[in-house]
Amino acid sequence: MGSSSSSSYMRNIPQAQVLIHETGFSAAHLLRLYERFQFLDKGSTGELRAQDFTAIPSLALNPIGDRIIGSFFPPGQEKLDFPSFVRIMAHFRPTDPNRSRDGTQLEPVNSRNKKLRFAFQLYDQNGDGNISRAELLQVLRAMLGVQVPEEQLQSIAERAIQEADLDKDNVISFDEFRKSLEKVNIDQLMSIRFLK
Amino acid sequence: MDANTFTRRAGLLLVIFTFLCFIHGSRGEIPPQPAGGVTIVPPAKPDGAPQAYPDADTSNLPVFTMDYPRIQIPFEITLWVLLASFAKIGFHVYHKITIWVPESCLLISIGLIVGAIMHSVKEEPPAALSSNVFFLYMLPPIVLDSGYFMPTRPFFENIGTVLWLAVVGTLWNSIGIGMSLFAICQIEAFEVQDVNLQENLLFASIISAVDPVAVLTVFEDVSVNEQLYIVVFGECLFNDAVTVVLYNMFSFVADMPVVEPEDVFLGVARFFVVGLGGMMFGILFGFAASFTTRFTSKVREIEPLFIFMYSYLAYLVAELFAISSIMAIVSCALTMKYYVEENVSQRSCTTIRHVVKMLGTISETLIFFFLGVVTITTEHEWNWGYILFTLLFAFVWRGLGILVLTQIINPFRTIPFNTKDQFGLAYGGLRGAISFALAFTLPDTIARKKLFVTATIVIILFTVFLQGITIRPLIEFINVRKTNRDLHSINVEVHCRLMEHTIAGIEDLCGQWSHFYWKDKFMKFNNRILRRILIRDSRAESSIVALYKKLELQNAMEILDTVSGDISAAPSVVSVYEDKKSPSQPKKKFMASDLRKMHDILSKNMYKIRQRTVAFTGKHSLPNDTQTREILIRRHASIRRSIRPGSFQSPPVPKSHKYFSLPAGQGLDSKFFPAKRQSTADDHETMSEVAYPSRHSRFTKPGRSSARAMVPLHRLDTLKEAPSVDVLNESRGESSSAGRG
Repeated sequence: MGSSSSSSYMRNIPQAQVLIHETGFSAAHLLRLYERFQFLDKGSTGELRAQDFTAIPSLALNPIGDRIIGSFFPPGQEKLDFPSFVRIMAHFRPTDPNRSRDGTQLEPVNSRNKKLRFAFQLYDQNGDGNISRAELLQVLRAMLGVQVPEEQLQSIAERAIQEADLDKDNVISFDEFRKSLEKVNIDQLMSIRFLK
Repeated sequence: MDANTFTRRAGLLLVIFTFLCFIHGSRGEIPPQPAGGVTIVPPAKPDGAPQAYPDADTSNLPVFTMDYPRIQIPFEITLWVLLASFAKIGFHVYHKITIWVPESCLLISIGLIVGAIMHSVKEEPPAALSSNVFFLYMLPPIVLDSGYFMPTRPFFENIGTVLWLAVVGTLWNSIGIGMSLFAICQIEAFEVQDVNLQENLLFASIISAVDPVAVLTVFEDVSVNEQLYIVVFGECLFNDAVTVVLYNMFSFVADMPVVEPEDVFLGVARFFVVGLGGMMFGILFGFAASFTTRFTSKVREIEPLFIFMYSYLAYLVAELFAISSIMAIVSCALTMKYYVEENVSQRSCTTIRHVVKMLGTISETLIFFFLGVVTITTEHEWNWGYILFTLLFAFVWRGLGILVLTQIINPFRTIPFNTKDQFGLAYGGLRGAISFALAFTLPDTIARKKLFVTATIVIILFTVFLQGITIRPLIEFINVRKTNRDLHSINVEVHCRLMEHTIAGIEDLCGQWSHFYWKDKFMKFNNRILRRILIRDSRAESSIVALYKKLELQNAMEILDTVSGDISAAPSVVSVYEDKKSPSQPKKKFMASDLRKMHDILSKNMYKIRQRTVAFTGKHSLPNDTQTREILIRRHASIRRSIRPGSFQSPPVPKSHKYFSLPAGQGLDSKFFPAKRQSTADDHETMSEVAYPSRHSRFTKPGRSSARAMVPLHRLDTLKEAPSVDVLNESRGESSSAGRG
């Protein structure tokens, strides 16, 4: 793809400049995301639906694949347009270490905080801002093989909550979640190298 | 005696027994020369003197006869194969060994022992390494195995690098080593002045064929990154082809007294003809095979046969025209696999995989085994200078080659190679089977053939033993993880794994990141034209449904239904009651031993991140499906459960049941997602479209219902109609009958 054809493509991409500015993707990356979006959009409707995602076999085989797909579609919305797609994908850009810490500037989409938020809401399906024991159990069950007995699952979930729950309300809030992961290199874990 | 010791002794006894049988029986060579009727007289048989050809004039009817020459060849082949296979069993009895010593080393060692014994008994080993036997019988299964189990997607993503390293790398190595050795030859002290340039180049081309079978196993175990793995794998495959071409070219050239510049040009042209021609033939035969399997629904028993016959045919026809047969069989396997696996029945698919794996493994085992045997029994010509310098140059040029070539190609790669990768690539350059065979097929017109054979064997043994054994500690050493795992709490371990799965999922979402344009074009062409012709039932089937069928999940699903203890039955019960129960429970205390146990459970049972390559190319094992099955069964079960009528009568279903919901307006910044009020009419229609394709069939054919049924998007309590389980059963039943042959 030469530069001439890419610029003609750029005209087709909705809100291209806004997106580039907001998410920090380069024009080339945006183009590739757009191509991917179009590829997934089998019916060429300009919007994606959950079925388009489940058609990716390796995603369907992901233990938490359905949650990942769900995070693209807020409740009540079943179609995903390209700008929304890009904004979510922007979470997975590697963090830019040279960003100036300007208090007035808006927090970039791929900051550590935002990445943690994304992971948090994969657990917190009912959106009340807390990970309850049941929600933790659900995720554990999805990620563990079938041969693990129920009591052990319960113990693991119990222990996980004990470790993280600082204010003793039996649920993990976002702050507690963030605190428990403070030593972990989130940028490395939640970034995709080639999205830089 | 406990079981272990017993098995060990039994294993040993078995090996010795077979071996004795073999020694007793072996009296000749495998190639069918009419063996001068040598008969074996068994020790004490008083009756009828066993004769090879019972004399018609004897008055008594011979009660017991033995006719060894008649069965000699198949018998010896079987015994050799059996002996090599026993060796393989033997290695796993001492399971610790295979971790530290690659199998190829062990096989060579056993071969050396056997060779030593045979030498002392003054036996001749079977000439299994005559040109025909090796290239026509032993090589094709190995290459078919590699080609069939090659993971296509990562391979094509990296194809530029693979070809670059295979072709240019091999050329670099051959010419580099050849030239340096020629320079060495000029030194009088080494007494090898009679080896001219062509012969040096020929020899160099033999030893530049890299065969990292042993290394691949180590890479898998150490979970080296996927890119490295696929590049090493692909390079191994292609440089076999390149080496054979170069060898043929150089041997032709070696015969010529004078080399003209136009010959060099012709050489290059020939190279392209050979490579591309091989590929074309392979693809042609692949299509022919796919087309044939379109019509085999009535003859399921012989379906696997077509795969083998067509690929072997591709190989032989390529050999006929002296073009690259390895390329032919690899491209045949690649093309065939995709279409054939859709046409044949599930059982045939499994059979094909098993047999391909089995043949490949046996061939490989035999080759390494013979390497050991032949090492002892051939006549060697030793020349310190030449051989040592060969070793040196082989290392040096490989290292240099990798360094230079990766630097050149790094800018073109999406994920460039770092130093560790380069080290892995360079150090993983073991030599193996191909070099071995080519050395033996050197024409006898070359005066110093024995020297070359010796040098080749030395370099193979050296690289396999030294590099093979040390590569694992080295890789582990340079890949030392920075974070110490034991310090993580349970919490963090679970969260980290969740994040790894997330990233894997998002990467899959992004799909390929390069060569996208061509792949898309090809897929369109594929769907429109190729699939119509080559696949029997060419509905554009959702790949999920195909996956279900492949994993025989339909059966599993039915079993799951009958067994009332659903795997994931708990959540719906737990989540409803848990919130009420938890405040009243006392805090549990966890001891250190409990914690250790928990860490243990987590590390053993958490699903691994999908490794696209490793899952498919375990060189000594078949792809493992259990993880996939469990995930799919569980998901399907929970979705079916959530659609069943029972769930509507339960108390107001908490939102935690939704599988595809986001927190209502929270979590992510709400300005990104304008919250929309859902109208019940919308709900109704979407739900029915999703679950009852038979009613709104404009989007889907019944066969796709399983895929659709995985996506309940909306809260179920708004649905007015109670879904009947029958619809789902019926649609599933249809798809399952479509899948069976």
